[in-house]
Amino acid sequence: MSLTTFLQHSLTGISLGGSYALIAIGYTMVYGILRLINFAHGDIFMMAGYFMIFAMASLPWAISIPLVIILTVILGVSIERIAYKPLRTAPRMSIMISAIGVSYLLQNLATYLFTALPRAYPEIPFLKKIFRIGDLSASLVTLITPILTIILVFCLLFLINKTKSGMAMRAVSKDFETAQLMGIKLNNTISYTFLIGSFLAAVGSILYFTDRMSVTPFSGTLPGLKCFVAAVLGGIGSIPGAVVGGFLIGICETFLVAFGYSTFSDAFTFILLIVILLFRPTGLFGEKIIDKV
Amino acid sequence: MKKSRKVIASVLLALLILALFMFLDANKARYGMAYTVLQKGIIMAVVAVSMNLVTGFTGLFSLGQAGFMAIGAYVTAIFMIPAEHIQDVYYISGISPAILEFKLWLESLPSWVQAISPYFTLLLGGLVAALCAALIGIPVLRLKSDYLAIATLGFSEIVRAIISSPQMDTITNGSYGLKKIPGFSSMVQTGIIAAVCIAFMVLLLQSTYGRAFKAIREDETAAEAMGINLFKHKQLSFIIGSFFSAVAGGMLAMFMRSIDSKTFSITLTYDILLIVVIGGIGSATGSIISAILVTLSKEWWLRFFDNPLSIGGFKVPLFRTGFRMVIFSIILLVVVLFYQRGIMGKNEFSWERVGNRMKGLKDMIGSKKGGAKDV
Amino acid sequence: MSNLVLRIEDITMQFGGVIAVDNLSLEINKNEIVSLIGPNGAGKTTAFNVVTGVYAPTNGAVYFKDKVITSNFPKGQMKKLYAGANKDKYTSTVKNTPDMITKLGMARTFQNIRLFKELTAFENVLIAKHMRAKANFLSASLRINHKEEKAMHEDTLKLLDILGLTDVKDEVAHSLPYGQQRHLEIARALATSPELLLLDEPAAGMNPQETDELAAFIYDLRKKFDLTIFVIEHHMDLVMDISDRIYVLDFGKLIATGTPQEIQNNQRVIDAYLGVPEDGE
Repeated sequence: MSLTTFLQHSLTGISLGGSYALIAIGYTMVYGILRLINFAHGDIFMMAGYFMIFAMASLPWAISIPLVIILTVILGVSIERIAYKPLRTAPRMSIMISAIGVSYLLQNLATYLFTALPRAYPEIPFLKKIFRIGDLSASLVTLITPILTIILVFCLLFLINKTKSGMAMRAVSKDFETAQLMGIKLNNTISYTFLIGSFLAAVGSILYFTDRMSVTPFSGTLPGLKCFVAAVLGGIGSIPGAVVGGFLIGICETFLVAFGYSTFSDAFTFILLIVILLFRPTGLFGEKIIDKV
Repeated sequence: MKKSRKVIASVLLALLILALFMFLDANKARYGMAYTVLQKGIIMAVVAVSMNLVTGFTGLFSLGQAGFMAIGAYVTAIFMIPAEHIQDVYYISGISPAILEFKLWLESLPSWVQAISPYFTLLLGGLVAALCAALIGIPVLRLKSDYLAIATLGFSEIVRAIISSPQMDTITNGSYGLKKIPGFSSMVQTGIIAAVCIAFMVLLLQSTYGRAFKAIREDETAAEAMGINLFKHKQLSFIIGSFFSAVAGGMLAMFMRSIDSKTFSITLTYDILLIVVIGGIGSATGSIISAILVTLSKEWWLRFFDNPLSIGGFKVPLFRTGFRMVIFSIILLVVVLFYQRGIMGKNEFSWERVGNRMKGLKDMIGSKKGGAKDV
Repeated sequence: MSNLVLRIEDITMQFGGVIAVDNLSLEINKNEIVSLIGPNGAGKTTAFNVVTGVYAPTNGAVYFKDKVITSNFPKGQMKKLYAGANKDKYTSTVKNTPDMITKLGMARTFQNIRLFKELTAFENVLIAKHMRAKANFLSASLRINHKEEKAMHEDTLKLLDILGLTDVKDEVAHSLPYGQQRHLEIARALATSPELLLLDEPAAGMNPQETDELAAFIYDLRKKFDLTIFVIEHHMDLVMDISDRIYVLDFGKLIATGTPQEIQNNQRVIDAYLGVPEDGE
């Protein structure tokens, strides 16, 4: 592998990793607060893809992008309100099944509404502009993704560490009940978490699909699972962890494909998951929790 | 109800089902739809009970069913496709010579061996899956519920990736799938295999091991303090559940006659979960009833949702391809949100229960009559 | 073989910088009833959890009938953090999981009742018999073990009878009144055929009359099942009533040991419970 191809693959990997990181944050935040794997998160991401297709059919990109973000956020928050909120006190398994149910519904709904055939993803002209540095060439989106990811993560970290609602989120993730006793509005905080997660998923979706060019009702499943693995790799509940995990998985995947093991690139993620859980279940940046008897 | 009467009732029920199957076998042409769909329902019942064994009774939220079914299906398919069709099936890369030789040797054996070989193949598929479960169980069964779910789901995807990889072309035919798999000889045969599988699982659940599984589901710390080795019992439940999932996978391969790796995607696991949840998490009979009901409605009774429908010139909106699955997703959500017990809750079918129901019904009618007299 | 059933030796349990149990040693002889008392947060339940294998101690060892069942020394991060005594005394690690310890003949109840909530009283006790069953999963499924199964059922019925639970045997555990739940937990522990029974606050949540009955009941159990009993309790009347010997913990440290009379008159114990007047400062 020459230096140029190596750099080229690194660039693609970092870019893919950026979108993964954005989705992984959604998983890690929801898990941090509700202790729930939001199986529907990948499908919210997929739905954002379809929203974009329909928005761009009649609107310019500058209006479509905010519109898609708003629609995705509404979808994410209403899923929480309808499918997770009534189960706050139910056993863990019920709420997980509910999440799977939502994922199943979104997939079937997408198949019903948009058919199972791939739909072409619209081109956002300025993102597709090709640029060259020496022998390297890539579209602008490849460059923008990681930069935008980093910027968004810094904004998010500021939000969580410096603002009042951020403090509420941290408090709820530490202790549900005590936080409530301290006057924190639990439902609002949880909705807020889903809002942020869906927002990032929408941005991630635009960046991801611009590179891939088509959407199917099942396009969300695998990226969703991979991003959850990224969140576990980084240490579930930790935002910087999710970002690092996302980039790592994006880069590894790109290189596996480059070396000709494309069928194993998905399997690799899960082997990675099992290895992490075996040797360091708390991930790279996670905290240890002791069960009380 | 007396024990003897219960036995008689059970035998009668079994005979009734057997008679139904024999009737369907005899009139296959006329009731083609019922025949096919019921057969699939029976197979789904086996997987659903096996998933319930692990998830509902032992409390391990495992989402690896599709992966284990894939293992069973592929083992069954590879060993059962007749040697004469090999060229047609493996038309891209050919078959590994060792497997071909084994097939030819098998086919040279006397006919009674041929007759029992499908059962052995199913058993073999189950054993391979059980072995995989034992290996994968060592790391994943130490995990807490949600991590376990995602790890088993991951395992299922790994299986699928391996099956469809080009490196496996001469064994699994890669992404092209396998076809010309010999089917079941009759409905009765399907029914008997399924009955044996389900009966074994139900007997296990009612034995001292089944009680230990339930103890683990209820409270791991207390179960351990009562001398139940958590890992050993979780492993046992996981292995047995996987074994029967794989047998059902093999049966599914025989039912479908052609399979490929896409058949065993995550959606299949979700379909099974749907059955288990509707039947009642922790009820084997619930799973059986639900498997039959869900399959019948999905593949037959509710098919009309997928076809455009017009009543007296008025075109009913919404009815078109895919609507049926939307309805099923909504049913799943409604059950989880509002009716968590499902059909059976954690209860099992028993004649006493039926007896009580009947009595209750009689009393109700009786009291109505009595009430009328008072007035 | 000596008369010793349980020997705890230099147990220290440290979570991060917090020492929950500090260099605790105690001994229990056969057929004794021994109590471990102390104010809230003194480390009693932690000590129980170390004995039953739920936690591995940071340092120290536990012997059951002269056989070491747990032994540990500070490792990894704890090597630096460790602030307890006897730092270099122990060099081997022995770790038995709770189920192995129960198998050796030690059974426990829990402070916050941990029954199998959705199962019946009968099933709760029957499950505890599983560990001693010889059948493997095949012979159990195919009912080859039906004789053993029948014996298990009969034993369970006997136990329920002794604990006065026959009438409620088919009721779901979490629907039982509190006192009966406590009894059921004891029945379940006895079903594992233990030699040493550990009771974690058996009188918690009981009224005075029930507590009195409990004292007689514990005495009775010892005789009927030839037991050695180790109790954690807050209820002083009960403790003074039943104990042959008492150990007192405060802030993880053993501050007194002796017969009930000796403990009643021990100034340090009185101080620990009533608080020391802080003069001078």
